This record gives sequence, C-alpha cells and structure tokens, in this order.
Amino acid sequence: MRRVFSRRQKFTIVNGILAIVAVITMLQLWLLDATMNAFLGGVGAVVTPAALASVACLLLNVGLLWYLYRLERR
Amino acid sequence: MRPDDPERLSVPPDGRAFHDQPQWRNDFPIDWPQDELIARRDFTKFLVLTSLAFVVGQAWIVAKNFARGRRGEPPVRRIASLDAVPVGGAITFTYPGPQDTCILLRTAEDRFVAYSQKCTHLSCAVTPRPEENCLHCPCHNGFFDLATGIPTAGPPRRPLPRIILEARGGDLYATGIEVRA
Repeated sequence: MRRVFSRRQKFTIVNGILAIVAVITMLQLWLLDATMNAFLGGVGAVVTPAALASVACLLLNVGLLWYLYRLERR
Repeated sequence: MRPDDPERLSVPPDGRAFHDQPQWRNDFPIDWPQDELIARRDFTKFLVLTSLAFVVGQAWIVAKNFARGRRGEPPVRRIASLDAVPVGGAITFTYPGPQDTCILLRTAEDRFVAYSQKCTHLSCAVTPRPEENCLHCPCHNGFFDLATGIPTAGPPRRPLPRIILEARGGDLYATGIEVRA
C-alpha cells in the first residue's frame, strides 16, 4: 500500500532531495574541472573513470527526480 | 475544498477534480503552498538538466582523448639551422600541425629550448622576455620560466608543452611533444 504524505511532509522531502541533487551536481562540476585539467595536462588515464562516475551521478539525480514526480501523483 | 485533494485552497473554475484538469493548471497552481512545492521541484529538474550537461562535457573529453590516442607519434621535422637563432633570440615555427604555433629560444651558446606558444590558461600567444628570463602572456599577465616553461605568476597553472629537440649536423629537429600536468 502506498503511503500518502501530507503537503508539509512532501515539502520536507522535496527540500531534502533538492539539497542532495545540488550537492551531487556540484560534485560533477568539480569532477569535470579536474578531468579537463588532467586531460589538458596530458593525463588521459583518468578520463574514462571520471566520465563513468559522472554518469553514475546523473543516474542518481534522475532517480531522485523521478521519485519527486511520483510523489506529486500521490 | 476538493475531495480529491483536501489540502488545496482553491477550486478549479470548472469544478472538476485536479487530476482531471489540464497539465498547465497543475504546473502553475494558484495556491501559494502548492506553488512553492512545484517551484522547488522545477528547480530540482533544472539541476538534473545541468547534471546532464556535465555528463555531455565528460563525454566530449572522452571523445577528444580517444582522438588524441589515435593520432599516433608526432613527426620528426627540421626547424632551423643552429646558427639561424642568435643567443637570446627566438623564432616561431609550427609543430606538429600547421595550426600549432611553437617558439624556439636560444638561451645560451649551446642551449636551445622550444615550447608551444599557446598559453595554458586561455591559449593566447606567449612572447619571450629574455632579459627577465621569462615568457609572458599579455592577455592575463601570465608568466612562465624561460628555462623550464613552468608557470611562475598569473592565472596559468600548467607548464607550457615542451617540444623535444634534437641537433643533427648543423640543424635542429623537433622530435616530439612533452605535455606536462
């Protein structure tokens, strides 16, 4: 059975998810900066693992957003 | 109050339930608390799109890295004869491609150094200042050590790519590039 949240509870959940997504996105920005720096410095070995880590962050973000939309429909 | 959502303050003009309303009416609610909720959700969506843009950036770096790996070894190319550059003098040349401008400097009678002329900050052309023993980037006042190419002041953080030189007979040849982090 699906749990129905009050608007106040939904508000807390949305704020929490927004904070997590913001932190993950900032982490991705740092990762992109570090990868670009390494690539321009001739270090190519870190490029692919960094890209995979960034994709993992995106999937996590998409999952959290999907949960938010599902929350709206309740 | 609507029976389908008792927390909503307003009633749609046609009197039907909220889930039967057009999408725009749910996306732009009149109720202030509901509007705050939607605004935060939309901001989260915007952050996720930003996250997607970062992944696209990472993919672009992977593609560039792959292309760099396929390029192979740089060619061996004659730059100039040894006596074409006076002590303290400099000449420019292109290596390995015709767009890749480099600079050759003679710092002593028997010592030559060559670097890519693109500043590692934003790719402006660096110019030699032998009297100050440095290379200067005029765009943002970046300075590099003349003997090593290491940044000494200003915004650049990475050394200039060094062109590997080889003297053969009376000529100087470029044989490779050393990109340094």
